[in-house]
Amino acid sequence: MSLYFLRRLLQLIPTFAFILLVVFVLVRLLPGDPVSAILGVHAKDADVARIKHDLGLDQPIPVQFLFFLKSVAIGDLGTSIQLKLPVVSLIAQRLPVTVMLTVMAALMAVLMAVPLAFIAALRRDGAADSTIRGAFQVGLSMPVFYLGLILLTVFGARLGWFPVGGYGEGFIDHVYHLFLPAFSLALSLAAILMRNLRASIIGVVDAEYVVFARSKGIAPLIILVRHVLRSALISTVALFGLSVGTLLGGAVITETVFAIPGAGRLMIDSIYGRDYPVVQGMTMALAVVVSLTFFLTDMVEAWLDPRVAR
Amino acid sequence: MTEVALQVSNLTTTFGHQGTAVTAVDDISFDVMPGEVLGLVGESGSGKSVTLRSIMRLMPQHSSVTGRVLWQGRDLLAMPEPELRKVRGGEISMIFQEPTTALNPVLPVAVQIEENLRAHTTLSKADRGKRSLELMDLVGISDAKRRLTQYPHQFSGGMRQRVMIAIALASTPKLLLADEPTTALDLTIQDQILKLILDLRDELKMSVVLVTHDLGVVAATCDRMAVMYAGRIVESGPVADVFGQPNHAYTRGLLGSVPRSGTERSPLLSIEGTPPGLMNRPTGCAFNPRCEFATDRCRSENPVLQAMAHGHEAACFHSDRVKAAGWAGS
Repeated sequence: MSLYFLRRLLQLIPTFAFILLVVFVLVRLLPGDPVSAILGVHAKDADVARIKHDLGLDQPIPVQFLFFLKSVAIGDLGTSIQLKLPVVSLIAQRLPVTVMLTVMAALMAVLMAVPLAFIAALRRDGAADSTIRGAFQVGLSMPVFYLGLILLTVFGARLGWFPVGGYGEGFIDHVYHLFLPAFSLALSLAAILMRNLRASIIGVVDAEYVVFARSKGIAPLIILVRHVLRSALISTVALFGLSVGTLLGGAVITETVFAIPGAGRLMIDSIYGRDYPVVQGMTMALAVVVSLTFFLTDMVEAWLDPRVAR
Repeated sequence: MTEVALQVSNLTTTFGHQGTAVTAVDDISFDVMPGEVLGLVGESGSGKSVTLRSIMRLMPQHSSVTGRVLWQGRDLLAMPEPELRKVRGGEISMIFQEPTTALNPVLPVAVQIEENLRAHTTLSKADRGKRSLELMDLVGISDAKRRLTQYPHQFSGGMRQRVMIAIALASTPKLLLADEPTTALDLTIQDQILKLILDLRDELKMSVVLVTHDLGVVAATCDRMAVMYAGRIVESGPVADVFGQPNHAYTRGLLGSVPRSGTERSPLLSIEGTPPGLMNRPTGCAFNPRCEFATDRCRSENPVLQAMAHGHEAACFHSDRVKAAGWAGS
């Protein structure tokens, strides 16, 4: 296990290197350029050349990449062209909001999916199963922004239970502010996880080793948790890891709907403004978050299934 | 005469809902004596495994089990779940054909032994650890301390079956239900495992019901045998008597299909055709389409078990003709 942990940890290095390269290339493939975004299309050639030089954009692409690597190494991701702030401090300010939104959504999704999957699987084809699956079908087929708007209108504006936007001050207030957005984000993930887990529980409950466990006369709860859930979770954890990327993408939209000052909002504004350094830095930060999540889910998977870690 | 350990009467197991239900085990009865090894023999699909699982109430949803299974005066089929859980693993244990699928692949062996001890004994954690080591030793696994921390996939097939036996016997049950415990193993390992089961039977003074399709195994290990065909017991009796003088045409066919050494060369008998499926049992005796002795009576009437000799029963209208025909080994 510890060997597997180390090996998997080392694998993160090439992953991060690759992320850097892709981010660098992608930003330069975007149509339009930052200079015309700053100066407008009718700018004088001299001004364009000066700005280009200031931004280092007059250098050949490989040289630009080396500069980029060097600055990443010393923790300098440049300065936002639009906001005139260091990208690093922008990330430090905005990324935690998005990460918290995503973590809350993920937690909600798991808390909804696991018990409901159990009920649905153990009462297979019964009324409870049909209801749960039907409800999630609706949740799954509703776009995040639409669901967000409905929640916002009903629980925010009409009932006044939750704030209609913003992020608040302090941890408790953050949780309160992020509740509705996290919930709207969680629902589709919960639906996917629930369906997957339900199917794998059904596959496991009749497995020979569960029958053998029952023949030992151990308590039903131990059988469910230790023998059924643990095995059933293995594939769901893998799916969960894969879904985190999608979840972050959803967070971008949700932040816009709920006016949350997170990384997603910043990202969209920066893309429109051709704010290369911010887009670059943010994409990198999000990619790092995603690969760390993969790493974590791999560890959980290895813990659940020792055969993975061989 | 000693007290019966397990008394199964009129056990019937059906699958599916009414109307479309199929009968896997059809009104069977048998006794198991203390310390005895009873062989339950038959081809695949004859209902042997279902019988064992029905006794332990381990059948999946959508199946129904009726009849009576008396264990020390109590009916296992009527007992409430919590009480049944004390019997399962504590008084009656079961081992399965495929240790690869019957052991939980993601739990170390120690956990799988300990949970049995935890459910049925009052041993402390330290004592459970000690007992686990003893059990590994008992089933012949060396280097027990290290092996306990390992996972099933780190054991060979034979060792895995030993692990399963160690788990099943953790709380010293009085009856072991063994469902084809050696079928998935190499021949040499088969012998070791069977010998182990017999040794443990003596050591722990338990009874064994051994389900198998292998008559060689029955001859080598069992005291009595019951032959199953299409969900019913068609012949039962002491192993020596049944082997010496089969009274049912099916038993005769089964015995005749096993090559024997040391006797005069004789052609192998084989039973033509395949056993009937659950959905299309023939009327009358279920064996009649494959039976060389079958008459019109066999095709319309289902024979019941009749006492043939002391403790020897068969359900065949033509047992006299079967006996007269004899078989290669007798």
